[in-house]
Amino acid sequence: MSEDGAALGARLRERDVGAAPATLNLLESTATADREQAAALLAEVSPAALGGEAPGHVIGVTGPPGAGKSTLLSALLHSWRAQGHTVAMLAVDPSSRRSGGSLLGDRARVDFDPADRGVLIRSTAAGERLGGLAHATRPAAQALAAAFDVVVIETVGVGQAETEVAEVADSVAVVVQPGGGDVLQFLKSGIMEIPDVLVVTKADLGQIAVRTRRDLTAALRSLGSRSARVIAVSSLPPRSGIDELVGALEEHRAGLDLATSRLHSRRAGALTDFSLEHGERGLRRLGGRQAAGALLKQQDPGLDGPTLVAVLEGRLR
Amino acid sequence: MSAEQPPRLPERDRPWMMRTYAGHSTAAASNELYRRNLQKGQTGLSVAFDLPTQTGYDPDDELARGEVGKVGVPVSHRGDMAALTDGIPLDEMNTSMTINATAAWLLALYIVAAEEQSVTQEHLQGTTQNDIIKEFLARGTYAFPPAPSMRLIADMIAYTVEHVPKWNPINICSYHLQEAGATPVQEIAYAMSNAIAVLDAARERVGAELMEQVFGRISFFVNAGVRFVEEHAKLRAMGILWEELGRERYGVEDPRHLRFRYGVQVNSLGLTEAQPENNVQRIVLEALAVTLGRDARARAIQLPAWNEALGLPRPWDQQWSLRIQQVLAYETDILEYPDIFEGSVVMNGLVEELLEGARAEMAVVAEHGGAVEAVPYMKAALVDSHRERLRRIEAGEQVVVGQNRFAESEESPLTADAEGGILVVDPALEAEQVEALDRWRAARDQAAVDAALAELAAAAGDPSGATNLMIPTIAAARAGATTGEWAGSLREVFGSYRAPTGVGEAAAAPADADLSELREEVSRLQEKLGRRPKILVGKPGLDGHSNGAEQIAVRARDSGMDVVYEGIRLTPAQIAASALQEGVHVIGLSILSGSHRELIPAVIEALHEAGVKAPVVVGGIIPDQDVALLRSAGVAAVYTPKDFNITHIMRDIVALVGAGANESPVAANVSSANGSA
Repeated sequence: MSEDGAALGARLRERDVGAAPATLNLLESTATADREQAAALLAEVSPAALGGEAPGHVIGVTGPPGAGKSTLLSALLHSWRAQGHTVAMLAVDPSSRRSGGSLLGDRARVDFDPADRGVLIRSTAAGERLGGLAHATRPAAQALAAAFDVVVIETVGVGQAETEVAEVADSVAVVVQPGGGDVLQFLKSGIMEIPDVLVVTKADLGQIAVRTRRDLTAALRSLGSRSARVIAVSSLPPRSGIDELVGALEEHRAGLDLATSRLHSRRAGALTDFSLEHGERGLRRLGGRQAAGALLKQQDPGLDGPTLVAVLEGRLR
Repeated sequence: MSAEQPPRLPERDRPWMMRTYAGHSTAAASNELYRRNLQKGQTGLSVAFDLPTQTGYDPDDELARGEVGKVGVPVSHRGDMAALTDGIPLDEMNTSMTINATAAWLLALYIVAAEEQSVTQEHLQGTTQNDIIKEFLARGTYAFPPAPSMRLIADMIAYTVEHVPKWNPINICSYHLQEAGATPVQEIAYAMSNAIAVLDAARERVGAELMEQVFGRISFFVNAGVRFVEEHAKLRAMGILWEELGRERYGVEDPRHLRFRYGVQVNSLGLTEAQPENNVQRIVLEALAVTLGRDARARAIQLPAWNEALGLPRPWDQQWSLRIQQVLAYETDILEYPDIFEGSVVMNGLVEELLEGARAEMAVVAEHGGAVEAVPYMKAALVDSHRERLRRIEAGEQVVVGQNRFAESEESPLTADAEGGILVVDPALEAEQVEALDRWRAARDQAAVDAALAELAAAAGDPSGATNLMIPTIAAARAGATTGEWAGSLREVFGSYRAPTGVGEAAAAPADADLSELREEVSRLQEKLGRRPKILVGKPGLDGHSNGAEQIAVRARDSGMDVVYEGIRLTPAQIAASALQEGVHVIGLSILSGSHRELIPAVIEALHEAGVKAPVVVGGIIPDQDVALLRSAGVAAVYTPKDFNITHIMRDIVALVGAGANESPVAANVSSANGSA
């Protein structure tokens, strides 16, 4: 490999999906030299360089283990590819890192044609970060959204996992299996933010799926949510509900003020990255979290994450 | 009984049925082998099918590449089955078929082959292995998801109990569980739980009045390891549990139907590549476990060959194993006595201990909702047991003579010939098999085949499940459909499936000195790479023996690496796509089916095409003479069963990645300020 970050960024801007594996290798690296190249890459796919927001639809898919996420993703993948969309899937594995190592098994359960260049699946370990994302997930989603039509971030968990995903994704779908009481409880008690779409899997189970869907709809109504949808799907043949789900996700995205929500996401992300790097002490030196936020708001809306972090770090000197 | 019982039987017992697990290359070649074996005093047939036949693919399928005729005989249609059984009177023969996912199909072909010999199905005797749960757990030749797989089994039971009454439609296998690392308690508990799942499924498909017969037709296929006293106790415990189960859960009363009937293949897991001649005494001792005590004696025995850890056994190697059985049965006195453990305090104590453990473990499986639902739990438990077994061997706590102790050896004359003392299947055979299949397809009545397959698909898709699937299956066999077409039609309806790998849940290894040192090495490598070292563990081809790959994956994780493991049955294209997309630093491939000569170069070519430069290492049953071939194809290192210390293998792999990081400084290139695209 002899490409530098800027060149990879330029390829992504040209919607060359073949640049994705090398992009991810670079963004995941913590080596100092690689971090510089990663910053150069992200600058190339910033809204300023693109002349607008990256075109890809970033979708967070989260839910408890065993809810049927992988089977659902296989079905979604199939449907998106049939429409000609290119799809990148960032699977974040929650497995603990006691020894440091992780077993990344998610891609095994998503079924796709290996010869299809329009699909990319990348697994990463969530590692020690709270909130369910790996350190590279946010920049990876932003970079890949320049080249791919759809970027999926898959995480495991419920309650808090979707909070950080929501900060990165344009649309968030929470996957619930029939009878899955956790999601309902978390939703009612307010532990969980209201997702854009709730997906009830295994619709072929019949009554219990119908009841789960009804309970979730009632809970959403009592919480005063008007926009969130509840969709029942069966991901195994004979498939059902998948087209409806694809439609609902598109509809949600169409209704978004993308520029504002992505700008918010970049700024929030920069603040998170800064505080992870420099801690509360660093924030205090900037005059506190609010002051740091205000400083970010003064910046050009077209700037990428690393540039925003650099702005904050500039004030530390 | 009492002390007055005479010490001898009035009449010497008849020996058990003696078989040799055999089949390779083509139906005609295997037929010749069977006839020779029968002349040598073998009393039943045991058919080994090749992996494409076992998993429902024709020889011309991409996944069949390199596997045709390797670990068994390819049978694609009724013509092949007729050639396989040519000149063997099927009304007299007792045939055991190691066939599972496609068991319904192979039984249908056997029934049609018998028809062609003018033998009607009620005269057929034999066994189809047909145990799908252990395929999900240990052996890997499944084809369909769990629910439709169980339906096929139940349909076969319902069909045979009425129309092929002397057939054993299923052999519940604990054999493969032990091969996957099961302890005796796990072997008993999972086999019994599996039997419950099968019987419960069958109860849905047959009338209550037939359940007594159904219970009586369920047989077992067990394993016996070298700790042969405990192994014998295990079989006695299984007999007790089985009878209990019959009486209490299924209301069986006839003592003949309550008898625990089993066949056996003794342990292969413990056979070594190092000093392979020692395997002969291991096999003899293991055979004692299943023959010594009359009350728990095997009905049928097949013994592995001394050189299984080296490659495919030759006819002479298999003859040696048959002769072991014959010496036991005809020269020793074991068949002259009543049960010699009757009243033994030690034996009864062992049996009690095993029963207690097995009942507790069966309760855990039941809590998971039964054997089908508990597959992920049982799989993880087996991976864990196997990890512990390897740890004990590595630490020297479990002695393996010639491997971790007494390893010094003279040159062995047994492996001195050009082939290294194993059978080598002619690689040209695959192409011939594909051509023969083309001729078969051209000569048959295509409209009849299409109609039969449509009928099959309709019956399988009918939500009422009214039709027993054996009926359209036999019709498709008569019409001349192929194995791949039968399975393909059902895959369309049932969907395909990937079994859980069990590795994610495996407990971490206790960090001994070797492993701690390795973790530090991995941390240093991470500094150098900028990312955590990432390994792809892949199993190309149809081989489902995933123990080795699983243990490598778990140990790589315990060493601190990120591990991508996708389970079995991957095409070279899938492996290359994963390696590229995941950005791995090294690729480990595992093959035990003998297809490495074709598959490994194919994977390397696919990686090359994808632009992946990560080094490739290979593990499996790789004969010495093939190592050079793989090295010249671009493989960085080859590991075989004699490399039993997995931490040492990991150390090599880490060093390999480290050396690569020095040679081609990827990070430096990427970070050079004037680097160009």
